[in-house]
Amino acid sequence: MSMPSTPSTPTPPPTPAAASPPAARDAATTTPGRPEPAAAAAFVSDTLLIFGRYLRQTVSARIGLIFGIVQPLLFLILFGPLLRDVPLGGEGDSWQTLVPGLLVQLGLFSAAFAGFGILIEKQYGVVERMRVTPVSRLALLLGRVLKDIVQMLVQSVVLVVVGVAFGLRAPLLGVLIAFGFVALMTASLASLSYALAMRVDSPQEFAPVVNSVNLPVMLLSGILLPMSLAPGWLDGISRANPLRYQVQAVRSAFVGDYGGTVGMGVLTALGLAAVSLVLGVRVFRRAGA
Amino acid sequence: MTPVIHTTGLARTFTTKRGTVEAVRGIDLTVPAGEILGFLGPNGAGKTTTLRMLTTLLAPTGGSATVAGHDLLRDPAGVRRRIGYVAQSGGVDPAVSVREELTTQARLYRLDQAQARARTTELAADLDLSDLLDRPCAALSGGQRRRLDIAMGLVHHPDVLFLDEPTTGLDPGSRVDLWDLVRRIRDEWGTTVFLTTHYLDEADALADRLVVVDRGLVVAQGTAHALKTEYTGSPDSSLQDAFIAITGRRTPAPNETPIAV
Repeated sequence: MSMPSTPSTPTPPPTPAAASPPAARDAATTTPGRPEPAAAAAFVSDTLLIFGRYLRQTVSARIGLIFGIVQPLLFLILFGPLLRDVPLGGEGDSWQTLVPGLLVQLGLFSAAFAGFGILIEKQYGVVERMRVTPVSRLALLLGRVLKDIVQMLVQSVVLVVVGVAFGLRAPLLGVLIAFGFVALMTASLASLSYALAMRVDSPQEFAPVVNSVNLPVMLLSGILLPMSLAPGWLDGISRANPLRYQVQAVRSAFVGDYGGTVGMGVLTALGLAAVSLVLGVRVFRRAGA
Repeated sequence: MTPVIHTTGLARTFTTKRGTVEAVRGIDLTVPAGEILGFLGPNGAGKTTTLRMLTTLLAPTGGSATVAGHDLLRDPAGVRRRIGYVAQSGGVDPAVSVREELTTQARLYRLDQAQARARTTELAADLDLSDLLDRPCAALSGGQRRRLDIAMGLVHHPDVLFLDEPTTGLDPGSRVDLWDLVRRIRDEWGTTVFLTTHYLDEADALADRLVVVDRGLVVAQGTAHALKTEYTGSPDSSLQDAFIAITGRRTPAPNETPIAV
């Protein structure tokens, strides 16, 4: 549904007879259950259009590509060497512990700020201009999220390659699994970030919220040092943080162990992605948001 | 003939921490096809809220409306396909080129790639933007930007074009050019134009008919001539005098901040 009613006005069902033929082309309005082929094609085309627009902008601006990766790279280069002979309690060496954490940190400092772009576009009126067109509301979100996933994967490759240069050794399958986690985590964090950006009016409101969520989430996910080093109470709190399981899963994948830890990571990553996307879609579908 | 816009008791209330605000209390409006309608009112009268409802950006909380043949509440997607909307802030990204914005806009209206390219060339020629196609939008002058904004609203040959304060911030020469463009859009394509404005001289010169809203209701409507005659007793008085007589308030100054919704 493109324009859900406010609580006081229940939306009447679509009128089948009165709807003009092109109405069938709009994905959500006429076919909430099973989209017709034309609607599905329009949705895919809308999503690719939005994806292409923002990918071109990211590539030409470059700043977005650099923004998120500087911090993890600094940690890798200036902090990583300190850990080489420190007993970290896990399997594998210090790079196999640190790099997975940095991949998640990259998500927190890059995808979580994805909404900034929408805040700027809102000021130019771009968001409203697009919302007045028949474009699928879902495509407005997913096209952007897809761009963020591609951007994050490129940044992740850079991070892993630099890691390898510093001494990281990990099985290829484990690295590919890690990239899968990066993609899922980006989908989650970017959706949440866009949802927040749609609801607030200015960067001054947006940034403090993201920062105040990001820092505790980062510290409680064992990004820099594994949570196995933590005292019981701290370890307990961190178990409520879904990203903890993803950091553990990526660490596990990096030492070639694809068992239960990876499974737990997949479950939490899918759960977080589902919740975040539902929330993002709800915000994007609401008229006037 | 079926009107392009027809509303009955269209209303919107907002719930705030301090209670319920009735921004629009019930607008009854009929706009025939091919009309240039001037939508006027003091700040806070409900102009912007009404415009946002008619353009599907805001869900009404009461009443009903048909816009361009589609029911606003049941089929907002149908409405979107048939209307163009040019916000006061425009809606183009300054870093993106004129060509890309026009082509993207056409694609958002589901024209295919070739159609979108052809429509971009055609519109650019029509609105005197051809030489600017490969410039970033930021490089355009105020008048050029406004022409681009309007071109963005026309990519899909809409039945009705909504213009929110279209000449705010333009120099006098560009304003007159824009009036000519609005007339041309109506005369050549038969597009209905619904425009809000703070400038009463603009409303007087451009609009076939005026609708004045105040405190969320339509308080007067008619041609500029009829409103002057009815509210000041003389067709020779200014629209300003009629406006003050209708609303009991002075004209909103053009440099005042537009009301928030």
